[in-house]
Amino acid sequence: MANFSTNEFKAGLKIMLDGEPCNILENEYVKPGKGQAFNRVKIRKLISGKTLEKTFRSGESVEGADVLDTDLAYLYNDGEFWHFMNNETFEQIAADAKAVGENAKWLVENDVCTLTLFNGSPIVVTPPNFVEIEIVETDPGLKGDTAGTGGKPATLATGAVVRVPLFVQTGEVVKVDTRSGEYASRAQK
Amino acid sequence: MQSLRARAAIISNIRHFFETRDVLEVDTPSLSQYSVTDPYLQPIHTQNKPKRYLQTSPEYAMKRLLAAGSGDIYQICKAFREDEVGRQHNPEFTLLEWYRVGFSMQMLIDEVKALLAMVLPVQTCDQRTYCSLFVEYCNLEPVLSSIEEVEYCCIQNELDDYAKSIKDSLLHDGFPKNANNKTIHELSDDKRQVLLQDIYRDSLLNVLFSQVIEPHIGKSIPIVVTHFPKSQAALATIDDNSDYANRFEVYFKSIELANGFNELTCATTQAQRFKQDNLKRNILKLPEVEIDTNFLTALNNGLPACSGVALGIDRLVMLALDKESISEVISFNYDNC
Repeated sequence: MANFSTNEFKAGLKIMLDGEPCNILENEYVKPGKGQAFNRVKIRKLISGKTLEKTFRSGESVEGADVLDTDLAYLYNDGEFWHFMNNETFEQIAADAKAVGENAKWLVENDVCTLTLFNGSPIVVTPPNFVEIEIVETDPGLKGDTAGTGGKPATLATGAVVRVPLFVQTGEVVKVDTRSGEYASRAQK
Repeated sequence: MQSLRARAAIISNIRHFFETRDVLEVDTPSLSQYSVTDPYLQPIHTQNKPKRYLQTSPEYAMKRLLAAGSGDIYQICKAFREDEVGRQHNPEFTLLEWYRVGFSMQMLIDEVKALLAMVLPVQTCDQRTYCSLFVEYCNLEPVLSSIEEVEYCCIQNELDDYAKSIKDSLLHDGFPKNANNKTIHELSDDKRQVLLQDIYRDSLLNVLFSQVIEPHIGKSIPIVVTHFPKSQAALATIDDNSDYANRFEVYFKSIELANGFNELTCATTQAQRFKQDNLKRNILKLPEVEIDTNFLTALNNGLPACSGVALGIDRLVMLALDKESISEVISFNYDNC
């Protein structure tokens, strides 16, 4: 993998730090009047998800990370791995629990997810921003209550629990924002 | 466009400020036969011979005027520094520089404070010494502490990778390939090693200052930091037996706004500092810079005792208008000019 000098740093560049692939979020060039320039860089570690600030000497080179984002359709979970397929080449890739993490509850068959591959293996699985999932269990709402104030918990087919308005019933399909885990609307039939 | 109107008003007020104080406006050439020896400034120059350099500041030319008997002078001009691009940097920038004959450093600091109070929505400024800030925020005496103590301070502030990178670059770039792998502080004390240590220590102090101290200071009102280590004296006087130089800088909201000196007037000391800078350049694998003999001749003829300061106008306007970047207060930024 190529090395990158600090003057090539920009948001989105993937570099290696402490043996872990990282994404540069922000890069600021600082040149004090009386000394060497440096770069103040905000970085997100892609595997642990941790965000940190790091100071690089300007002109320093760091190793680039072989990281690639690819869009793949979710197929199924065999109990240990989650399987995804490239809809064009039909090539399949399996992601483990570490890569899928909390997002397992948002995986819906045939939805196209973004898999971040590091040296060819998935390290992060990002579901679409919105997913549509059927409610398998929720308390029946009181009749006549249309908008509701606090809402009620609903368990979805994938196991996720989200707060939904009182008028939404078991068996209905709801649209959920996977970034916040919040109910968005009832799915358009 | 609104920013440009505000900028024009600020510059007009600054001219008025100096007019009422009887300071003469001057205009010196932007292109010069000589440039500065400072190892951390890269000038932009012409391609054809004889080479001419765009000024990194009008300092030498203005001091030549002072030596010729100009009296108090100020200048608002463009200065140029290669590769300095960022939120607070533009390779071409506007500088206000002024000199006051017979002023001590403190007298000039008071005048800087008056100017800031006129332009910025603040009444007063803080003032602290470089050393006291290091003691308070880093628990470190910057000049007398051993290099190990400075390194330890970097480790405590999660700057150890940076320190290592500086050290590696000095060791790898600063020595012949076959040099043994002694660490910097174990090397014999020949002149080169002393300089190498100076560069290493100053680099660490600089990053500690910007990363650890700066976030705490000058948040609501500007702060004047005085008495920098003598290794960072540049063109400032150093009192007898002092470890600190008569240099000051102004910081506000994490922005370095101004840099001033009680000016060195001794031609011999100045020539030594130029030589020292060229040696540092040698260690940093930078080309040597031809020494400005016109400037040294002027010092020889006699520069009156004076204090001078340079202040970044773009940054000042940026702070006055509460903007996030220089590009918002200049007509066209570097990517669009």
